Amino acid sequence: MNDLRDLYQDMIFDHYRQPRNYGQLENANHKAEGYNPLCGDKVSLTLTLKDGVIHDLKFEGSGCAISTASASLMTEALKGKTAEEALSMLEDFKALVTGASVAKDMGKLTVLAGVQAFPQRVKCATLAWHTLQAALKSSTEPVTTE
Amino acid sequence: MKMGEFHMNKHGGTNDASTVESEITNHLLVQHWRKDFPILHTSLYGKPLVYFDNAATTQKPSIVIEAENHYYRHTNANVHRGIHTLSQQATEVFESARGKLRQLINARHDHEIIFVRGTTEAINLVAQSYGRSRFKAGDEIIISAMEHHSNIVPWQMLCQQTGAILRVVPVSDAGELDINVYQSLLNKKTKLVAISHVSNTLGSINPVKTIINYAHAKHVPVLLDGAQAIAHLPVDVQDLDCDFYAFSGHKLYGPTGIGVLYGKADLLDEMPPYQGGGDMISSVSFEATTYNKLPYKFEAGTPNIAGAVGLGTAVDYLSAIGLDAIVKHEDSLLNYASELMTNIPELRIIGNARHKTGIISYVMAGVHPHDIGTFLDRQAIAVRTGHHCTMPLMERFGVPATVRISFALYNTKNEIDKLVSAIYQARELFK
Ligand SMILES: Cc1ncc(COP(=O)(O)O)c(C=O)c1O
Repeated sequence: MNDLRDLYQDMIFDHYRQPRNYGQLENANHKAEGYNPLCGDKVSLTLTLKDGVIHDLKFEGSGCAISTASASLMTEALKGKTAEEALSMLEDFKALVTGASVAKDMGKLTVLAGVQAFPQRVKCATLAWHTLQAALKSSTEPVTTE
Repeated sequence: MKMGEFHMNKHGGTNDASTVESEITNHLLVQHWRKDFPILHTSLYGKPLVYFDNAATTQKPSIVIEAENHYYRHTNANVHRGIHTLSQQATEVFESARGKLRQLINARHDHEIIFVRGTTEAINLVAQSYGRSRFKAGDEIIISAMEHHSNIVPWQMLCQQTGAILRVVPVSDAGELDINVYQSLLNKKTKLVAISHVSNTLGSINPVKTIINYAHAKHVPVLLDGAQAIAHLPVDVQDLDCDFYAFSGHKLYGPTGIGVLYGKADLLDEMPPYQGGGDMISSVSFEATTYNKLPYKFEAGTPNIAGAVGLGTAVDYLSAIGLDAIVKHEDSLLNYASELMTNIPELRIIGNARHKTGIISYVMAGVHPHDIGTFLDRQAIAVRTGHHCTMPLMERFGVPATVRISFALYNTKNEIDKLVSAIYQARELFK
């Protein structure tokens, strides 16, 4: 039960029930859709990127607690970051949830470290981040975690 | 099996001596059966395993595991090929397994039993051998909205190859096929009906006899996907009069990698081979090849001999217990679990057909199936979450995924109590 508590921390529930930056950006210039066929999770990400900086971003979709909270936390963490910084955070985040050692302090995102004990849930936690990668490249193809 | 019975138990349940007695007998019986399955005595996270993912695959009794083992230790040789004693013995056990499978589904002839890898291969065989050689552009194939992907995609591939068109029988809110629409879909262009006997997601037992009668009235052959029926209902292909029946050994307490396509001999005889190679020929020259007779025409290459032996043993096991006893037990589990789960206000059962096997799919307000799956897993309760290879059906019910519990002969009411109490705990955690 302890690793369940580690996985489902209060902050996760908070972001699951009240996701931040939820919806679609009207004036987005980058967007992508993500899909995890294993659990049916869907996320659609819209963002405005100006001079290499993420000015704003929003997500929408349906998913489990982990994927929804992860998307919500991601949108908070990325505002004001450059695309380059965002991509490097993606790598750190993947390391965090798969249990590889992370040197940097990842702030609130650390709350998702509990995923380490649940390899089947890594895809839930990383779905939004993979979608981000696609959005930055602005590929219009849906990405899937399969 | 009938919802009527369920309500009778629910409201008119009397605790007279005979009910109590039969409860005790049933309990002892199941405890006895459980001894046969080594994996049921293992633990996960310090708790005894509760295995409720039987629709995905069932666990194997010791005698099946031993039969494969014994075959490799004492009988292993290639079949139909050698003059030596071992090869003869291997051929004998392989063919005797075929006979057991014939008996299980009451086929007329042993050679109507084609060994394949499983349901998926069986359906692909029919699509490519039966369908491809005779369907034309504009011909129609009827399937249903509750089919497993393996009874959808092979037909879509065939449609691409031939220009045939798929027609889909809709499913009601309760999870039953709309037989009126089915009837109206049957027409002169219909070339085949391919329908599941039992839905792997909803548990609905489809009225396959009616479906077959209507189709035959229009001279349309019917394939039944029996993957979810074979271990949970008595199946008699002559009584059903189906033209093809497909099932997998691993859902019937047998090994993976072996399954059966039953086909009526006259249909199979007319069909071209599915794959070419050894065993499926009677003579080969570079000018011309003569195909072997049934069933070998469809069994190219060295078959899964140990798998067939294991599956034959699983059939022995199933027959010794008897499908009637299994149906009775699984029905009582279904009724018991349905009643307890219906009492959880946030929980919605997807699939309330009048005739069901022991499969319950559900969603819960505020808790995603995947989170429930993880929560249950940590209590050593194995369930399936996701779309169950029935994505069109998920779309139909407007859910991205469900949690599915599915029973087998070794499950108990005590295990259901554990499940239900875990569901209540998950509900608390996610409040
Ligand atoms: C209804 C149904 N059809 C077909 C299949 C495919 O069976 P297999 O994967 O053994 O070929 C399954 C099992 O997953 C099933 O439940």
